[in-house]
Amino acid sequence: MTTVDASVEPRSLSRRKPPPSVRRRRLLVSVADHSILIALSVMFLAPFVFIALTALMSNQQALSPRLWPEPFHWGNFVDVFHTAPVWRYALNTTLYASLATIGVLVSSIPVAYALSRLRWRGRDAVFVLVLVSLMLPFQVTIIPIYVVFAKLHLVGTLWPLILPNFLGDAFSIFLLRQFFLTIPEEYADAARVDGCGELRILVSVFLRLAKPAIAAVALFQFLYCFNDFFGPLLYTSEASNHWTLSLGLSQFRTIYQVEWNLTMAATLMFMVPVIIVFFLAQRAFVEGVTLTGVKG
Amino acid sequence: MTSAPVAGALAAGVERDRRRAKRKAAWRRRGLVLGLMSPWILGFTIFFAYPLAMSAYLSFTHYDLLSSPRWVGLANYRYLFEQDQLVWPAVKNTLWMMAVFVPAQALFAFGLAFMLTRARYGVGVFRTVFYLPALAPVVAATLGFVYLLNPGTGPVNILLERLGIPTPLWFDSPQWSKPSLVLLGLWGTGTMMIIFLAALIDVPRQLYESADLDGAGPLQRLRYVTLPSISPVILFAVVIGVIDSLQYFTQAYVASAIASGQAASEGPTSIGYPENSTLFYPVLLYLQAFSYFNMGYASAMTMLLLGVALVVTLLILRSSKLWVFYQGARR
Repeated sequence: MTTVDASVEPRSLSRRKPPPSVRRRRLLVSVADHSILIALSVMFLAPFVFIALTALMSNQQALSPRLWPEPFHWGNFVDVFHTAPVWRYALNTTLYASLATIGVLVSSIPVAYALSRLRWRGRDAVFVLVLVSLMLPFQVTIIPIYVVFAKLHLVGTLWPLILPNFLGDAFSIFLLRQFFLTIPEEYADAARVDGCGELRILVSVFLRLAKPAIAAVALFQFLYCFNDFFGPLLYTSEASNHWTLSLGLSQFRTIYQVEWNLTMAATLMFMVPVIIVFFLAQRAFVEGVTLTGVKG
Repeated sequence: MTSAPVAGALAAGVERDRRRAKRKAAWRRRGLVLGLMSPWILGFTIFFAYPLAMSAYLSFTHYDLLSSPRWVGLANYRYLFEQDQLVWPAVKNTLWMMAVFVPAQALFAFGLAFMLTRARYGVGVFRTVFYLPALAPVVAATLGFVYLLNPGTGPVNILLERLGIPTPLWFDSPQWSKPSLVLLGLWGTGTMMIIFLAALIDVPRQLYESADLDGAGPLQRLRYVTLPSISPVILFAVVIGVIDSLQYFTQAYVASAIASGQAASEGPTSIGYPENSTLFYPVLLYLQAFSYFNMGYASAMTMLLLGVALVVTLLILRSSKLWVFYQGARR
């Protein structure tokens, strides 16, 4: 019964049927639109497909004009591990990304809370400073920071990449603040009436309501570290036992004299975890992207 | 008769207590704010304010990290503006990226989002497909593109050859290396597309309906309804694009290293390959600071970068008053 209702209702609401000529034109426009979208999709997917195909080829075939692997060399994915210390890189990457993410969450949530839900003199000025530090090219401050870490004998380790995250990250502060602002004040007031202090309100009200934004921040930070190339290049390029996946991959072909088929296998293996995470956490992604972009 | 003064004294006492309690609460509040803000205060001081000031100071010195900085006055700036043969090519390449890639990306992302709003079927699938490349780690995407576009055996040139289209040398040609980087950038433009899509969906329906009543065609609807409504997002795209192109590094660095067959950690030999066509300002800055350890000179380069970033951002924001339209009711 209910299914019949559902199918009838929209039709009864819709206006009179348009004349056939209009309907035909609409159909043609719709077909054209979808054709363009399909063509674009093919173009967007083609690089993935070619990378995957090459990852399955023998070396000779990768250098030949044939585009379909014959036979399939699944062993390439195993060979990658024999060619370079991939597990080492993966371990370093995980260490860097997880510690940095913890640091960003621990330090940025309280700051974002103070910048959005508490009223104090100078708050807007501080927020402008956060935006300024977010917008200036990071190269502007990198030399003195490098000098400091060099003096502390931390160049050649992952610490220069991890430590700064424990002192707040402008992008995460910005994103969390934008989200905190959307939470109605009534929730906080209700908690205040129940005798909660500001800290309890942050912990038991806002952290719970802001879960999607916190998930987005954690995800972005983790991926940022996973992808980061400049930081590892700057601080660990001389110490190959501290290399991350992105640095290792960039050197893969040249240092180890690896052929294209194995390089593409490694490239693919580097992309796959991110894509899996995306499909598991799609909502957090879209939430985060639109939050930073639109509600400025 | 005496009750009035007593009551007055009592009231004064209560008032004093209340004021004291208030002051105490205010102090506790200040402590709370300070406590919550402390990570940022420390981080901003150590990792932003101090380095900025230090960079400004170092730009007037000769400094190689081993011996202490030696004051040289304006020598670094004189070398930067008058003698360094690589600065001008690097600036030109960076300006090229800004002039070509930023508008191309904004247009392309808008186009994708616009097509998505017109689709009736499979919107979710198309959206995911367009967004997916944005997820590919930059190094992986760059490596993939260097392979796909490699002149001899890359699949793109194999396909072009079969179709009888001339095959460019892509990353191996000074004319095509930057367009190749643009292609790489457009492939990964998903984030911008999502932002445009959200903005397009937010355009109020009534505006389109009243435009229809006024007899507006599709182009006029685009010009007078869609573009003004999403102009804040266009501004956002332009600002972000300009800032990104000022720090453009990884793609250029990795692509030139891989295409020239050099190890990226082997230092400067491959950088800018071919013929300095991918030598962008941040790449040159990196070489000066961390390959040659000319830290004083590199600091002067960062000061120029800072100046340009400030001027460009201010110019865009100033000009935005002329063409960005904010809907009154929104926040």
